[in-house]
Amino acid sequence: MPGRRLLAMAAILLIACAAYLSWGARGDWAFILSFRGTKLAALIVTGTAIAVSTKLFQTISGNRILTPSIMGFDALFVLLETTLLFALGGFGYTMLDSTIRFAVTLVLMTLAAILLFGTLMHGTRRDLHRMILVGIIFGVLFRSLSSLLARMIDPNEYAVLQANLFASFNQIELDLLGVSTVLIAVALFAAWRLRDTLDAMELGREIAINLGIDYDRHVLIVLGIIAVLVSVATALVGPVVFFGLLITSLTYQIMPGFRHRDHLIANGLLAGIVLVAGQTLMERAFHLHTPLSVIIEMLGGLAFLILILRGHTR
Amino acid sequence: MIEIDRIGFAIGKSEILNGVSAQLPRAKMTAIIGPNGAGKSTLLSLIARLIPPASGTIRVGGYDVQQTASDTLARILAVLRQENVIASRLRVRELVGFGRFPHTRGQPDAQDGEKIQWALDLMALSPFADRFLDQLSGGQRQRALIAMILCQDTDYILLDEPLNNLDLFHSRKLMQVLQDMAHRLGKTPVLVIHDINYAAKYADNILAMKQGGVFANGPTQAIFENHLLSDLFDTPIRIHQIDGQPVAMHH
Ligand SMILES: Nc1ncnc2c1ncn2[C@@H]1O[C@H](COP(=O)(O)OP(=O)(O)O)[C@@H](O)[C@H]1O
Ligand SMILES: [Mg+2]
Repeated sequence: MPGRRLLAMAAILLIACAAYLSWGARGDWAFILSFRGTKLAALIVTGTAIAVSTKLFQTISGNRILTPSIMGFDALFVLLETTLLFALGGFGYTMLDSTIRFAVTLVLMTLAAILLFGTLMHGTRRDLHRMILVGIIFGVLFRSLSSLLARMIDPNEYAVLQANLFASFNQIELDLLGVSTVLIAVALFAAWRLRDTLDAMELGREIAINLGIDYDRHVLIVLGIIAVLVSVATALVGPVVFFGLLITSLTYQIMPGFRHRDHLIANGLLAGIVLVAGQTLMERAFHLHTPLSVIIEMLGGLAFLILILRGHTR
Repeated sequence: MIEIDRIGFAIGKSEILNGVSAQLPRAKMTAIIGPNGAGKSTLLSLIARLIPPASGTIRVGGYDVQQTASDTLARILAVLRQENVIASRLRVRELVGFGRFPHTRGQPDAQDGEKIQWALDLMALSPFADRFLDQLSGGQRQRALIAMILCQDTDYILLDEPLNNLDLFHSRKLMQVLQDMAHRLGKTPVLVIHDINYAAKYADNILAMKQGGVFANGPTQAIFENHLLSDLFDTPIRIHQIDGQPVAMHH
């Protein structure tokens, strides 16, 4: 039963990809395919990263409403990038190879996420209100620190960073696509290997330990995986707040059962479907210039409100 | 056997357990009794390696619970805490199936199916097996959790106030099942119990705790004695022998 739904979703994704690649294509096919193909890959890669990181976070925090971005993960990434620019100066920052710069931020991000969120997750996972509050505070704190730093940086230099951080689904940061794809593949593989462990972790710390899971260590591992996924996605398309929540909420509706072996794949596929189909419709059918992210964020925000109002937090 | 050796535990500055030592015999049912806040739940969590002790060691069936890998222990001891909140949207059968997780790592076979059905029947859950947990009453949910623990099929079974929410029928049934497991299958159930008369009737051995220490530990008949229980609970308690069973009168 879950298998059939996964197959159906994969088929829909393939159709969406074919439509995205071929719709309205005129002229040099080789050029069009490689141009659109790159964008397509980027959409799928980032969408999967955001959706899977959200699902992982919900599993270890024991609810269906929190996401890494609500908890301030991508604000943290922005803060680290800004700090890097501040420390290196505009010249140093631009001189540094973008891949190396990214690697440095990534390592810092993973460490910071494990430190900050690792302590937070300890013992308080059931306390949803406290988690939301801390998330809001983290988010505001990281953002105000970033803007404080931004004020101290020469505006011309800051523009470089802004161009990087205000990427979107329409303007994906393509020079990082190669290394990003590799990183995301590694992170997704690590999550996939933990699929059965994650099933047990979702039952909460005590029951997971009872079932033989080394729970505290695995929370840190999963936080590390989330940090990598969020960093890469944020580097590619900038901060995205509600997309992950939209996808996980829909996946809970679509996929029966609780197994991560089904839900991880379903989240990835659905993220791809929503982004690719959405982008195809926006770009080709309606010729709209509203960024897709605006619509997705609106829908995701709506899902967030509905979840909170209906009290469907588990 | 469960060997508890000079276990100390503190939260911040407040000492919760002050050097607890006790031995709980194998193939016997032990009831842990004592007033609220005596440290019963804390001791059970320590035995089940859910929290690390500040000092001392605990061995379960010869395995030091702090040194042994968690997945090895999960095949030796199972624990159910007093309060459980399950975040995932699970059906009863799926939850009970998790009891097989330490043995199969998420790849259940036909034999596991039989074990799951056995546990469901034991807790009279078959009519609800395909319901979601959030569609059950408190008592039914508690039975589902106990079924998961029994399905884990471990030698040591630690339950913290398992009779919470259970009606008379299911309380009695559970105690009989556990007693039977101890006497026929050589398993070692350890239960925190509030109703001391259940302890009197079914437990072979009693560990009485008070103010973070052991108040008394021994065979049930020896513990069920007027003065000892009255001092334990700071309440006058009279023991009557009814049909050869000690019964505590405390109201
Ligand atoms: N998180 C905590 N912080 C401070 N004290 C605690 C905490 N949890 C439990 N305690 C204290 O530890 C003592 C033992 O608790 P517990 O083992 O749950 O008792 P019992 O199960 O015997 O009723 C109690 O006095 C309780 O107030
Ligand atoms: Mg207790």
